[in-house]
Order: sequence, then C-alpha cells, then structure tokens
Amino acid sequence: MTAIAIPQTVVVPASARRRWLRRYALAVAGGAVIVFWFAVALFAPVISPYNPEFVDIASRLQPPSHAHWLGTDALGRDVLSRVFYGSRISLIAGFSVVVISAVFGTVLGAIAAYARGRVEELLMRVTDLVLCFPPIILAMAIAAALGIGTTNTIIAMLIVWWPKYARLARSLVLVQRAQEYVEAAHVLGFGHGHILFRHVVPNAVGPLIVMVTLDLGNAILVFAGLSFLGLGVVPPTPEWGAMVAEGRELVQQWWVATFPGLAILSVVMGFNFVGDGIRDWLDPHARRR
Amino acid sequence: MLRYLTNRVVTAFVMVLLATLVIFLIANTAPGDPALAQLGDLAASNPEYVKAFRAKWGLDLPLWERYWIFLKGVAHGDFGISIMSQRPVLDDIRDFAPATIELATIAFLLSILVGIPLGILAAVKRDSWIDHVARFVSLIGVSAPTFWLAFIMLAVFYGWLEIAPGPGRVDPIALLPPKVTGMLLIDCILAGDWETLRDAAAHLVLPATVLAAATLGLITRTTRASMLESLSQDYVRVARAKGLSEWKIVLGHALPNALIPVVTLGGLAYASLLTGAVMTETVFSWPGLGRYTFRSAVAVDFPAIMAITFIVAVVYIAINFLVDMSYAFLDPRAVKR
Repeated sequence: MTAIAIPQTVVVPASARRRWLRRYALAVAGGAVIVFWFAVALFAPVISPYNPEFVDIASRLQPPSHAHWLGTDALGRDVLSRVFYGSRISLIAGFSVVVISAVFGTVLGAIAAYARGRVEELLMRVTDLVLCFPPIILAMAIAAALGIGTTNTIIAMLIVWWPKYARLARSLVLVQRAQEYVEAAHVLGFGHGHILFRHVVPNAVGPLIVMVTLDLGNAILVFAGLSFLGLGVVPPTPEWGAMVAEGRELVQQWWVATFPGLAILSVVMGFNFVGDGIRDWLDPHARRR
Repeated sequence: MLRYLTNRVVTAFVMVLLATLVIFLIANTAPGDPALAQLGDLAASNPEYVKAFRAKWGLDLPLWERYWIFLKGVAHGDFGISIMSQRPVLDDIRDFAPATIELATIAFLLSILVGIPLGILAAVKRDSWIDHVARFVSLIGVSAPTFWLAFIMLAVFYGWLEIAPGPGRVDPIALLPPKVTGMLLIDCILAGDWETLRDAAAHLVLPATVLAAATLGLITRTTRASMLESLSQDYVRVARAKGLSEWKIVLGHALPNALIPVVTLGGLAYASLLTGAVMTETVFSWPGLGRYTFRSAVAVDFPAIMAITFIVAVVYIAINFLVDMSYAFLDPRAVKR
C-alpha cells in the first residue's frame, strides 16, 4: 500500500511543476530580464564603470576590451555605462506613456460604455478620430512642434496612445454591465460612479493588464525610435535609440550601435514574454493554444 | 447591404473632414513657430522680417480664416507651398511617394507571402520545429527596433559579407530609366533596362526585409492563433469525419474562416508600412515620403505636415473602409451586427 502511495505523492507535484515550468518558463525568463533592467536603472551610478557623459577623445572608438567591456563611442565615452544609464529613460518613458494613457483611456471607455447614448457616441467618435492618424507620424509632428525633449516626446506619445485603451475598456465594460451583479448593485442603492469604478472596472481589468504589459515593450520601441530620429532626448543624455543613431554609420565599429539595440530588444522581448504569460494565466482558453 | 455601404461611406467622409480640422488645429496651435524655425537667427531677431514672413505665408490671419483657405485649397487638390522647399507641396509628395510605395508594397508582399504560409504550417504542425521557427521569427519581428535591425543588416550583409549593395535605390553610377511612374522596378521594365532593374531589385532586398520584419511577425502570429482556433471548430471535425484529405480540410475549410482577422491586420499593416518607413528610409538613405515627412516635421513646415497627415489619414480611412467591406464579404454575419 505504502509502496504505491509514495510514488503517487511524489510524481503528481513533480509533473505539475514541470507543466507549470513548461507553460511559464518564458514568462519567468522575461520577468527576470525586466527585473534585471530595473535593478540596472536603479543602481546605474553604482555599477557603471565610468561617467556616461565623460568625453575622452584619446580613447575613442575602442573595441570591447577589459577596460571598456562594450567598447567606446566616437567621443570616447564608455558604451557599457551609457547603456546602463540609458535604461532609466527608456523605462520611465515606457511606463509613463502606457500607464497614463491606460488610466485615461480606460476611464473614458468605461464611462462611454456605462453611459451609452449620446455620451458614448461622442466619446467613441473622438477616439476613432485620433485612431485614424498613423501614430508615428502624428507623434513625430507633435514632438517636432513641441520642441525636442524627453517630456515633450512623452506628451506627444500620450496624445496618440490612449484611444486603443478607450476602445478595449468600452468593449469590456459593455460585457460586464449586462451582468446581474450590476443590477444587484443598483437595487442595493449604490451610485453610478461607485458601481462603475468599484464593481464593473475591477471585473474587466484582466485583458487590460495583458494589453498594458504587451504595450510597455511597444511604447519603449516607439520612444527609442523617436529618439533615434533625434526627437527624443537632448544630445549628451544617454538613451538607447539616440545611441544607435550615433553609431549607425560606424559599420566597422559595430559595437557602438549594436549593444544599445540589443538592450532595447531584450527589454521588449521581456515585456512580450510576461504579457503572454499573464494572458495564458488569466485565460484558460488561450492556454491550450 | 446597400444601406450598410452608404452608412459606411458617409461615416468615412465625415471622418476625413474632421481629420482636416484636427490636423489644422494641431499644426496651428502647437507652440513651434515656423517663422523662427525657418528664418536664421539674425533674421528672426529682426521683428520687421518676422512680420513680413508671417504676412507672406498668411500666418497673421485669424485661425478660422486660415482653416477656410486650407479647406478650399484641399478641395482643389492644392495643399499650398512648402515653406522648406518653396515648391507646391503636392509636387514634393509626388516626387517622394513612389519610392515609398515601391518599398512598402514589396515589404507587404513579403510579409503576406511568408507570414501566412508560415502561420498555417505552425498551426498545423503545432509544437514541431517549424512552429518554433515561426514563433522565433515573429518574436524577433515584433521585438527588434526597426532602425537597429536596419543597421545590423547593413553591417552584416554590406559591411562584412559584402554580398548586398549599400544604401540608396540604385548604384550612384547607374543610368536611370525615363521617369514614368517613379517606381524604379516598373520604370525599368517599361524601358527594357534589365541591368538597372537587377541593380534596383538588389537594392530593395535589405530595406524591404527590414521593413517587413514587424508586419511579418504580426501576420505569422495572428494566422497561427486564428488557424488553431478554427481547426478546433465543429465544422472541421465534421470535415474530418467525412474523410476529406487533411490539406483539403486545412485550406478549404479552416483557412477561409481563419483569414478574417488576418485581413484586418493586413490592411492596417499596409497602411502602417507606408507611414512606418521613416526609420528604414533613414538608415538606407531611401529618398521616400518617410524622410520627407521627418524633415518637414523638424522644420515645422506646416503646409507639408498638413498635406502629409491629411493624405495619410485619408489612406488610413480608405483602407479601414476596404477592410470593413471585405469583412462583409468574408463573413456576412458582420453586416447584421
């Protein structure tokens, strides 16, 4: 009896763990990459071997070596230190764009779906209107009009970023408001604001979180792209997109542009993995795929 | 169906009209000052010059009057004179657009012709090596920054292996065919100039691949997910029970239904390829609309910015319209909703 019982108790959790690992290995790896970059951003002054803006013309364009692990750029600045410091702006820009526009878009979309009628019509037409402009071109025009600078670029991105959240939130709330618990809350005498933001929105928040996670990588990509074009940061500031731009003609000195690009790639991949993982976790139907 | 159609046409038209208003307001209320951006520092410090400049470009008129003038011009296909190039904006766009259309179309075909079959194979042979390849391709495609991918491709295939030509549309010494469409491939064929055709085609390979990467990734991913969904439907089980061959089931029954989300995505992808070429064009020195837009944006060249955003918005709305129509065609249930 015990001889049969023991393998059972051992085998079941082990296979469950293996299945869990198989399912979420990528998400865990992605999470680790993101934690890594957060730590780097936080401790950049401590772990950077050099001052990221220190110009040393004598040792310009040196290949990766013991002194400079990732080499030096055209002004002799240490690429590794600049990559470390660059994580700060990328993460800040990505998070501020996505979080602010997610909150703003969700509030608008939720109000539209909950109110229905004219309010919904008006809010959704405004959303459609912003959506009918290609985001990059609109952001580019706004960023150029506002003037170069990190804050201005973030503002430009915010203007084009929120509509997709409004759309998603609206469709999610439309489903929720037909549920019985909403009616029950009405009968109990709760106010509209209370029902919408304390009952309906929390129930609809899952897909929004998935979208936010997947979108963080996207926002970091677009911000880096605008920086690459010269619209993101004011020059000596270390930023990944701007660093690729500085190195883009240095084909022989490949390290100048390659490493900041790899940094962007890893962060974006990390957020994509985590987003996919959260989706699998929240949606058992998608899990099987 | 007819009512649905007219409804959609009217909506599209109103959207276009509203789009002009938005563009106009953004361009004219943004804090950037074209007078200061265009005039040199010396001229900008002289109030006389600045005033004359404003009067010349109509910047001193009230806002609604400028909007009316803009709208009247648009109705006649006149977008005004570019402040930067001093030429009619439409002429500028006509010069730059063909290069971008050519590049974006090739990239679009590439991502459709590779992405859809790859997505289907990945779904049918799930968890096999081809599925893993498809996932990897789509992951890199969505995650890699376009401008960086462009650099890597140039560094590897042009700088290091020397098997691909460098930036630009053709070799600097190549003789260009007479300009008909502005699209080099077509112009070369029309002129029967096979040598330049080969050169132009070779120059297209790297930028088109780079530009296609992101859309290729998205299309592969969407096709795969959508095929898996439709392969698990009851009608597929019925087809299997009838004893149809596996490929008949996949291509004849599962695929048509799985294509609906791919069509939406494809339409949007083509629109974004036309506009998203900025980065690729920058790295490959491609003389297209993306570069032109970027230069106008930096120079705060209002007429040019307004014209481009307007045209692009119209293209967007038109493509969305076509996508909706193809929905109605692929899935008649969409009309009733």
